[in-house]
Amino acid sequence: MAGGSWEYAPAPEARDIVTIRREYGLFLAGEFVPPAAGESFTTLNPASEEPLAQVAAAGAADVDRAVTAARDAFERTWGQLPGRERAKYLYRIARAIAERAREFAVLESLDNGKPIKESRDVDVPLAAAHFFYHAGWADKLEYAGYGPGPRPIGVAGQVIPWNFPLLMAAWKLAPALATGNTCVLKPAETTPLTALLLAEVIAEAGLPPGTVNVITGDGSTGAELVRHPGVAKIAFTGSTEVGKQIQAAIAGTGKRLTLELGGKAANVVFDDAPLDQAVEGIVNGIFFNQGHVCCAGSRLLIQESVADTVLSRLKRRLATLRLGDPLDKNTDIGAINSREQLDKITGLVAAGEAEGAQRWSPPCQLPAKGFWFPPTVFTGVSQSHRIAREEIFGPVLSVLTFRTPEEAVAKANNTPYGLSAGVWTEKGSRILWMAQRLRAGVIWANTYNRFDPASPFGGYTESGFGREGGRAGLAAYLDA
Amino acid sequence: MPDRARPTPTPRGRTKGPAVRPPVPDGTRVDVRKTYKLFIGGAFPRSESGRSYPATGPDGTVLAHAARASRKDARDAVVAARKAVPGWSGATAYNRGQVLYRVAELLEGRAAQFTAECVQGEGVSWAGAERTVTAAIDRWVWYAGWPDKVAQVAGSANPVAGPYFNFSVPEPTGVVAVVAPAAPSLLGLVSVLAPVIATGNAAVVVASEAAPLPAVTLAEVLATSDVPPGVVNILTGYTAELAPVLAAHMDVNAIDLTGVAAGGRAELERLAARNVKRVFAADGDWEAPPGTARMLAFLEIKTVWHPIGI
Repeated sequence: MAGGSWEYAPAPEARDIVTIRREYGLFLAGEFVPPAAGESFTTLNPASEEPLAQVAAAGAADVDRAVTAARDAFERTWGQLPGRERAKYLYRIARAIAERAREFAVLESLDNGKPIKESRDVDVPLAAAHFFYHAGWADKLEYAGYGPGPRPIGVAGQVIPWNFPLLMAAWKLAPALATGNTCVLKPAETTPLTALLLAEVIAEAGLPPGTVNVITGDGSTGAELVRHPGVAKIAFTGSTEVGKQIQAAIAGTGKRLTLELGGKAANVVFDDAPLDQAVEGIVNGIFFNQGHVCCAGSRLLIQESVADTVLSRLKRRLATLRLGDPLDKNTDIGAINSREQLDKITGLVAAGEAEGAQRWSPPCQLPAKGFWFPPTVFTGVSQSHRIAREEIFGPVLSVLTFRTPEEAVAKANNTPYGLSAGVWTEKGSRILWMAQRLRAGVIWANTYNRFDPASPFGGYTESGFGREGGRAGLAAYLDA
Repeated sequence: MPDRARPTPTPRGRTKGPAVRPPVPDGTRVDVRKTYKLFIGGAFPRSESGRSYPATGPDGTVLAHAARASRKDARDAVVAARKAVPGWSGATAYNRGQVLYRVAELLEGRAAQFTAECVQGEGVSWAGAERTVTAAIDRWVWYAGWPDKVAQVAGSANPVAGPYFNFSVPEPTGVVAVVAPAAPSLLGLVSVLAPVIATGNAAVVVASEAAPLPAVTLAEVLATSDVPPGVVNILTGYTAELAPVLAAHMDVNAIDLTGVAAGGRAELERLAARNVKRVFAADGDWEAPPGTARMLAFLEIKTVWHPIGI
């Protein structure tokens, strides 16, 4: 969309670094096997709608095999290993991800549609870092503050979303394995490939068979996993709606549960903020990963006195974003992950217009094939609008204004969610005042969308419970 | 109702004997009986429903007619608790600690009354009741010391790989509903309530259905010890009637189902999923050291990032 005489030449990342198999089985007890019922589904490249591979659809029998394999590993092999030995396996995985970083990045961008610069610079290095960080915890758990001799829980059933496929797999597997649990991982239906490549890495790293099992499939596979009586702990990242279903489904079973659900984060810009940095933060907050981010800064709250200035600078900046081929190194905005998600975004945007908010997008040509949505800004948004209340999970920003800090806090907290929030101001005492009052699990002050394995991540209220990362994240996998 | 069944204070240190005095001797005064009411928003209302139920000793002796809270009372209690959250969670940890310690001071002065109520309600011996009452007081003192320490135990400075200062602090979850265990009536109640409010939450408690009287007396202590109105709300009545209302309530953030029999928890957990409530339940030996699990269950870890630069 950046026109004029300074058009960029295409700079595509080489695709041949990764070999995509025509068919993928399930990763059960250390090997790839066909599903019992022989069913499969197609995973697409959302940027071109080109089929990438046929992937096994796990049914109840496969889930049972996976849980049984994980249970065996928990009782006989992995669960018996001393922490220092588990640590070495996790270090191997961390190193192997780093060694094959470009392969993971290209595969992630192909299967998910995210720009290569994000998969290359964010998803993959963070996934490796997550294993590296947790490797070191494996033999130090007695110092983690959860009492003497903290023990693992058992088989962890882990269901992850499509927005950060490899990274979410790492967030789930690394702490579970470090604490001595075994895992059955269910990747999202539209993005199974990097989890399956990770399974290869895990097999090569020599982890005892059954320690990690990867079962691909749709929501019904996930539901089977959640229901399976052999699963002692469920970890889910995804929508609040499904999270509630899971919480209700396991009621009374005594299964442990952590949920990382939706969000509708406020990104609050005060009049004394460093405005150019704030504009970068706003862009990163909502347009990073096409807005497919549970902690996206999807509600921009600007102090009234600088609203016009911020908006005009924001629009100027958005006009420079490049939307297109996810494998192009200059691409800022990639493809929407699926037709289903595109329909959801389109529907909510239509609701925004119907409810009277003003829609704006920079001049932007969308590719003819694939799933695409232009960066979109809504002004004139009121708190009651659906686009201010519901998680859109797309590149759509709702702009509201405020006059006083109290009003900013009230508006920011006026949501059933509480995953994250942003604050932009040069005044230190105001940052801390805001950070104290914003009801959210992660507060980014004068920055946005930063992640680190040492930094706990997770929500308040309907954004879920439990933390991932840091010392706090270990609690989710310890029987303490 | 026979007078011998009234919960009558017995001075501590007295020779162990019957927990209650004999019927009023000739020529002495008639004792003043207490009306056992609810505790909502710092006030002591009867149930809006006008209902009560007999609180009996194990032998069926009627000790008093406790208020039988209704669904509306439960909702009123949630409103009162929500209103109390900003002030209580925003108070300094030092202040919360002092307020809680003040509660322990007043509990100590009422030890004999609590002991008598436990004897009558649970049918335990005077010595047995006294042991759990003193354990309850000591436990309250233990929790009174936690408000200004729990953030240092549960929080952290996080060494992230970049030029950012990053720290995590625990914050109260908000409004916590608590179903107190049936017995020991005071020690069980204190063990589930104190960790909830020590961490800055506001509580709506369903008292032991079988032995509700010590809970009302505890409310009297709380009402006179600088605990802000609404921080603790105590409902007496039928657990089966009140717990589902609280489990399903969309403005309750967490629920402790310890006082619900294991078989009854599933339906409440299902209701709790409606707004992703944090659900906690732990059975155990009430006289054993409690650990930190009950506090951590009702805390949210908040992580704050800020760039480092010049």
